[in-house]
Amino acid sequence: MKSRHKRMMAIVIGLVGVAAIAALILNALQSNINHFFSPTEVVANQAPKDRTFRLGGLVEEGSIRREDDGLTVHFNVTDGAEIVVVKYTGILPDLFREGEGVVAQGKLGTDNLFMAEEVLAKHDETYMPPEVADALEKADEAKAEKAKADEMNAAQPANSTAPAVKGEGI
Amino acid sequence: MVPEIGHFALIIALCLAIVQGVFPLMGAQLNIRPWMNMAKPVAQGQFVFLAISFGCLTYSFVTDDYSVLYTASHSNSLLPTQYKVAGVWGGHEGSLLLWAMMLGLWTFMVTLFSKNLTEEMVARVIAIMGLIGVGFLLFMLLTSNPFERLLPAAPDGRDLNPLLQDPGLVIHPPMLYMGYVGFSVAFAFAIAALLGGRLDAAWARWSRPWTTIAWVFLTGGIGLGSWWAYYELGWGGWWFWDPVENASLMPWLAGMALMHSLAVTEKRGGFKSWTVLLAIVAFSLSLLGTFLVRSGVITSVHAFATDPERGTFILGFLFVVVVFSLLLYAWRAPKVGLGGKFDLVSKETMLLVNNVILAVICAAVLLGTVYPIIIEGFISFGWIEPINKVSVGAPYFNIVFVPLLMPLVFLLGIGPLARWKKADMPELMKRLRWAFGSSLLAAIIVPFAMGEFQAWAFAGILMAAWIISTVIYGLRERFKGTNNKLPWGTRLASIPIGFYGMHVAHFGVAICIVGGTLVSNYQSDKDVRMDIGDTVEVGGYTFRFDGVIETKGPNYTANQGMIRVSRDGHELMTLNPEKRIYTVQTMPMTEAAIDTGTWRDLYVSLGEPVSNGAWSVRVYHKPFVSWLWTGCILMALGGVLAMSDRRYRVTSRKTEKSEEGAALKEGSATPELASEKA
Repeated sequence: MKSRHKRMMAIVIGLVGVAAIAALILNALQSNINHFFSPTEVVANQAPKDRTFRLGGLVEEGSIRREDDGLTVHFNVTDGAEIVVVKYTGILPDLFREGEGVVAQGKLGTDNLFMAEEVLAKHDETYMPPEVADALEKADEAKAEKAKADEMNAAQPANSTAPAVKGEGI
Repeated sequence: MVPEIGHFALIIALCLAIVQGVFPLMGAQLNIRPWMNMAKPVAQGQFVFLAISFGCLTYSFVTDDYSVLYTASHSNSLLPTQYKVAGVWGGHEGSLLLWAMMLGLWTFMVTLFSKNLTEEMVARVIAIMGLIGVGFLLFMLLTSNPFERLLPAAPDGRDLNPLLQDPGLVIHPPMLYMGYVGFSVAFAFAIAALLGGRLDAAWARWSRPWTTIAWVFLTGGIGLGSWWAYYELGWGGWWFWDPVENASLMPWLAGMALMHSLAVTEKRGGFKSWTVLLAIVAFSLSLLGTFLVRSGVITSVHAFATDPERGTFILGFLFVVVVFSLLLYAWRAPKVGLGGKFDLVSKETMLLVNNVILAVICAAVLLGTVYPIIIEGFISFGWIEPINKVSVGAPYFNIVFVPLLMPLVFLLGIGPLARWKKADMPELMKRLRWAFGSSLLAAIIVPFAMGEFQAWAFAGILMAAWIISTVIYGLRERFKGTNNKLPWGTRLASIPIGFYGMHVAHFGVAICIVGGTLVSNYQSDKDVRMDIGDTVEVGGYTFRFDGVIETKGPNYTANQGMIRVSRDGHELMTLNPEKRIYTVQTMPMTEAAIDTGTWRDLYVSLGEPVSNGAWSVRVYHKPFVSWLWTGCILMALGGVLAMSDRRYRVTSRKTEKSEEGAALKEGSATPELASEKA
């Protein structure tokens, strides 16, 4: 009888342990997933306003601007269709360059200014993060479709919201 | 000509691998002796041809043969010779060749050290390793031939990625691969046991040293990788929970569980099925690691340019291995049996819980690592609504890892002291009350001594001190249990090396925890803009920036910073961090300057030039960071001691039965016997 009690206790403790661990893992996962958004999606207000997410694209040529403290940097991230301005304070990774792919993690501030907490490093010049490549492709397709549509409505004047960086850097 | 020889040697190696995989296996099933006997010579031959192939690739690197595409993409005539050699495994094709050669080397070692195994066992083990070799050699020859020619030849090479031009990285990949591939031996033993339907203490004793040495290599490889990331990437991190790191951590955790479970199987005949399953899991995770690193399916800070097509092949191979092994397991494991009975409170239970926790940590890391792929998969099957790509942040891993580490460490303290079969918990607690009391005291004092009390530091030091105090207690009890009429040197020597190995490794875990805890909670860092003559104070040290000078290396130019460090007005040293530009790829690279000490590291790296003479500079004070790697070294050393234990070597001279008895006796001759006497 006693040993059966003991075994029951062990099973109960085991089950409670499993439940606790499962809760811990799922909860941790829930609150630490970062979604990836391209500049087009950010501009279209699809990105969350109060949650950390990842923004990726190409660093627009000639857009890197430094504040006087020497540490705060502003640069534009583009997918070829839209741009988002990123603000980052700190030292940038070695392979951060104009015209190259970049992924930054942070939150959206006012006026769609992206406050990066981290600019992810990469270890190989030729490496392009897959989601960045994906985002560029999507923006490209969207642009091609739009161009087609524009052609069809040739009579209409050019869209005033056409991005300033069209075709640059890709 | 030489590359063709290498290519040809690779093809011959494949043919031999097929022979090695097919005939001995069939021979063992059908009991055809000559077929079984083929295993050893064929495996040795395969290794010779792999070595020739590897030698040929090395030759084309050292002699700057840029008519070989792989050499042209990963080397340069200006590259120092040691990095030309390292370049052989600096890319995809070459690292696969290294993988294959390591497998050949492990098989070769098995052929040399298998005199005590039965013929069928040897034949099966070698055959299974041969089949793994077939998979990798096919993969190489079909998708990633390192000997592919480039015509016309390139005038010079594209250079090795500058990040890899580092002594740490010369040995890091071979170590890591030795570990990954080493688990194939334990895997082959497990599958052979399933095929043969025999799984006994002798089997476990055979698997143990192989598993331990593979784990030692993996420990070394991971430690080196972490150390390299720390000093080479220029921002002082030592673990990022990056997919590529997790890829090596998972087999490490599974291998650690396997080592402990094998101990039970050998000494008590328990956990048999579980041990076999762990052996399968450890190797499958090694393959998964290879897949994650080589396919580039997951965005990783560590990612190097990769080719998804190749990932598909490895994924297919992984699938075949896992499905085949698990089917075999489901079919044969019930035959193997569960092993001896044990009480609820016993060493077995503690080791079981240890295994379960390690498995849970491993599974949690796996979930976090492949979660993005799972979501992708669900979307592509249409099971969930399309959402944006996801990544799992490092906090997830920290939140999960630390709470799970606590019960693991608690058991790590009492497990070695508990008795097999039936232990007395209140009695154990009573014996360990001093250990617990002193740990608590240390956990309260140390955070205050570091300047500020922090809950996480308390928890970390409590864990580390608990391990250290129980290790000391365990050693003392064991010593008391030896014959006290003998001189103390003889008494120390009478304790088996394996016992020391275990405690050294456990002590290493404690040292690692101390390092990780203190550096995470008490490091201070500053990113600052510094004009010439500016000073910044970090961690009680004053850093003065004296400008940069230009220097030149063999294949790079550099801006070298001069930073004088002083404390309380006394000048201590000059640190010279560099910002290098590697000329061939014009790739910038930060070379941090580090002053390593027992109690703290001072770490300085250059950011970018800001304006006339001023630079952005990153300054760190990192207390106890070097303890992390000291801990890794101790863990690896513990493993080496454990596997050099006499009982793994003397088996041939004893009969199976007396050895069995000796193992049992040794198993029970643990300290509590001594304390009972006392």
